[in-house]
Amino acid sequence: MSRLRLPNHLRASARPIAVSACNVNSARPFASSSLLRKDGDEPQGHLPGHPSSVFLTSLNDSFFDSVKPKTLSGNQNAKGGIPTYRLMDGVGRLLPGVTDEMVSITQDEAVKMYRTMLLLPQIDVILYNAQRQGRISFMMTSYGEEGAVIGSAAGLDAKDEVFAQYRESGVLLWRDFSIDHYMSQVFGAEDDLCGGRQMPIHFGSTQHHFHTISSPLATQIPQAAGAGYALKRTKGREGNVVICYFGEGAASEGDFHAGMNLASTTKSPVIFFVRNNGYAISTPAAEQFRGDGIASRGPGYGMLTLRVDGNDALAVRSAVKAAKSKALSEQRPVLIEAMTYRVGHHSTSDDSSAYRSKQAVESWKQMDNPLHRMRNFLTDRGWWNDTLEEETKTQHRKTVIEAMGRAEKKKRPQLSSLFEGTYRGEMPSNLKEQRAELAELLEKYGSLPGWSKELAKHANAGKDMEQYREKRQM
Amino acid sequence: LRSQIAIRDAQAHILSSDPTSLVFGEDVAFGGVFRSTMGLAETYGRERVFNTPLCEQGIVGFGIGLADMGHTAIAEIQFGDYIFPAFDQIVNEAAKYNYRSGGQFGVGKLTIRAPCMGVGHGALYHSQSVEQFFMGVPGLKVVVPRSPIQAKGLLAGAVRDDNPVVFLEPKMLYRSSVEEVPLDDFTLPLSDAEVVVGGKDLTLISWGAPLYACVEALDILKNPPKSIEKHFPASVRDASVEVIDLRTILPWDRETVVQSVAKTGRCVVVHEAPVTAGVGAEIAAEVQKNCFLKLEAPVMRVGGWDTPFPHVGELFYKPEAVRIADALVKSLTF
Repeated sequence: MSRLRLPNHLRASARPIAVSACNVNSARPFASSSLLRKDGDEPQGHLPGHPSSVFLTSLNDSFFDSVKPKTLSGNQNAKGGIPTYRLMDGVGRLLPGVTDEMVSITQDEAVKMYRTMLLLPQIDVILYNAQRQGRISFMMTSYGEEGAVIGSAAGLDAKDEVFAQYRESGVLLWRDFSIDHYMSQVFGAEDDLCGGRQMPIHFGSTQHHFHTISSPLATQIPQAAGAGYALKRTKGREGNVVICYFGEGAASEGDFHAGMNLASTTKSPVIFFVRNNGYAISTPAAEQFRGDGIASRGPGYGMLTLRVDGNDALAVRSAVKAAKSKALSEQRPVLIEAMTYRVGHHSTSDDSSAYRSKQAVESWKQMDNPLHRMRNFLTDRGWWNDTLEEETKTQHRKTVIEAMGRAEKKKRPQLSSLFEGTYRGEMPSNLKEQRAELAELLEKYGSLPGWSKELAKHANAGKDMEQYREKRQM
Repeated sequence: LRSQIAIRDAQAHILSSDPTSLVFGEDVAFGGVFRSTMGLAETYGRERVFNTPLCEQGIVGFGIGLADMGHTAIAEIQFGDYIFPAFDQIVNEAAKYNYRSGGQFGVGKLTIRAPCMGVGHGALYHSQSVEQFFMGVPGLKVVVPRSPIQAKGLLAGAVRDDNPVVFLEPKMLYRSSVEEVPLDDFTLPLSDAEVVVGGKDLTLISWGAPLYACVEALDILKNPPKSIEKHFPASVRDASVEVIDLRTILPWDRETVVQSVAKTGRCVVVHEAPVTAGVGAEIAAEVQKNCFLKLEAPVMRVGGWDTPFPHVGELFYKPEAVRIADALVKSLTF
């Protein structure tokens, strides 16, 4: 490449507007490269990137297609696949050898867990019906996954950072996110923390360390890796981890691979929590992957991995606690695959009977129900009874219906907020111009029945736009 | 100082003044394939200047996570041509982070650096101009510098801007464009086009590497070589052409451009990217909307042809000086 002379007029235009004199580092010569350590210089075994690998000469012995879990002493059941960690059996009794000390939970916490688990189906049924009546546009339920979601939330500290997919609103409820904020998001009300801009159930709250949900699947996975790296470097946050939730379908996205590998190579304290509920909309897990679930991929990334019974809320809780402790002490990510079952439809836009039998769903609900298991655990200890069950359900129902009623009556955000927040700082001139254009259109056509009906739903009924009429530039 | 060193220095200033700042990407630790992170890992440590796995969607996603947590993330994509695997993270995530969260979460501290434009022999995947793909993405800023001073000041401005920025560095200029650069930390404003040569007869708009072809084109216009002088009537040779460096592609400085064209009545836009749906299309539309009564000639666009960027034949693909000069003549004699 030849040296290109810079013409004078292209050169004389630095016009620095901010000068800081305190910084002279860049002017100093940098250390000579001959003194520097270079990765890969030191021999690490006979193959690059791997410290040890046995040589085989038999082609047949050299092929393999599975990852074997750690050899388990004396456990005859550890055949066939990666074992699943659980503490309770299908009816909520502790498994042989499991003691209350191993579960290590107080009555208060266990009851709070169950109460929160019971809140989810109440919200689900009421909002599901509200959607069916056209009162809200969209809804996704948590049926069947109450144990996985609340169990994991209970294993964390309220300041651990959450990157969720969309079926984990239970984590927010566990952290006492107000039911009013919940409903305001769903209804796109004026006081929605996210400004009424996203579809229902796309929650977010800085106060609850719950990063705003977005629809594109798996995008949060590499983001969680970056957030974990940031936590590690933040003074005062050394005791916190990032938890990143996603479904087994999302794990097929490229971002899953990206995030897992990045978290592992950057040694970031992240818990990747997969809800393997058997379906991605209509696609059964068997069409999603051929390996041993998602857990088998963990070791490929050099990641500590654990499979847990996702319908055993207590096992999930202790798995997450242990994962957090290892993520912090070993400064590395951990993968947890929670095996569960999506009892509800994928969303209100889906009728799952088109691809699976209602009977199969019913039998899952009966056979392995996270709520029943948790209830029996509590009842066995005298911490719960039928009266409490009925009272709680009634109370939850009342709370949810009342909050929904309040949210439904609230105004939507001011119309001008449509333009705000696209950028931080000054609004670019094209946006100002477009805002003025809408203001002008409202002045002319705001009285049309369709427009005026919608305008009336917004705070200030669109009057906030009037101030922008005159400001039209150019 | 060369552009690549100016870019290195801008990053060094950020790393010195902001303890949360991090520089990462493929091969940045040893100094980068274009040497624009030379010495940074040694000075600031491998924890702050580090290699990532080879995965663009991961690099940008990781940067979003860092920025979301309030850390300053300077991510490098090795070539603009390889930014597309991260398109989803940039368009659906970074650009919408602030809006969708009601301002609760934002990734303003993310800057994505990527070399761009032709380099003489880069062919399809080491030559592309990608700015037009990001121009239609509300929430994003897109910046292209033309020289070492611009690169240093605009990069500092991009990193300190409270919005995610895609910073595209014309790699042709890394070593070839040399000028005295202030050693201090300084910032140039985004969304400000710069009138680099004043003029009254025609407005010539470009950014990045083709600006140099534009300046050469002005020489040809004034003093055409004997062999082609018949194509340059005497009436155009004294034309006074105003040259504008757009600098920021999004949000772009319409005011400066419109003001200039309203004055000159003629407009030629030059970019290396293919003409169809290039940045020139947006500029032309705004110019005709705002300067309709002042225009003396149609707005002309000189760009790459609507083909992939070829290996041999780059001379005939890129907007070379003589092609630009030809467009100037057509506009001036319309």
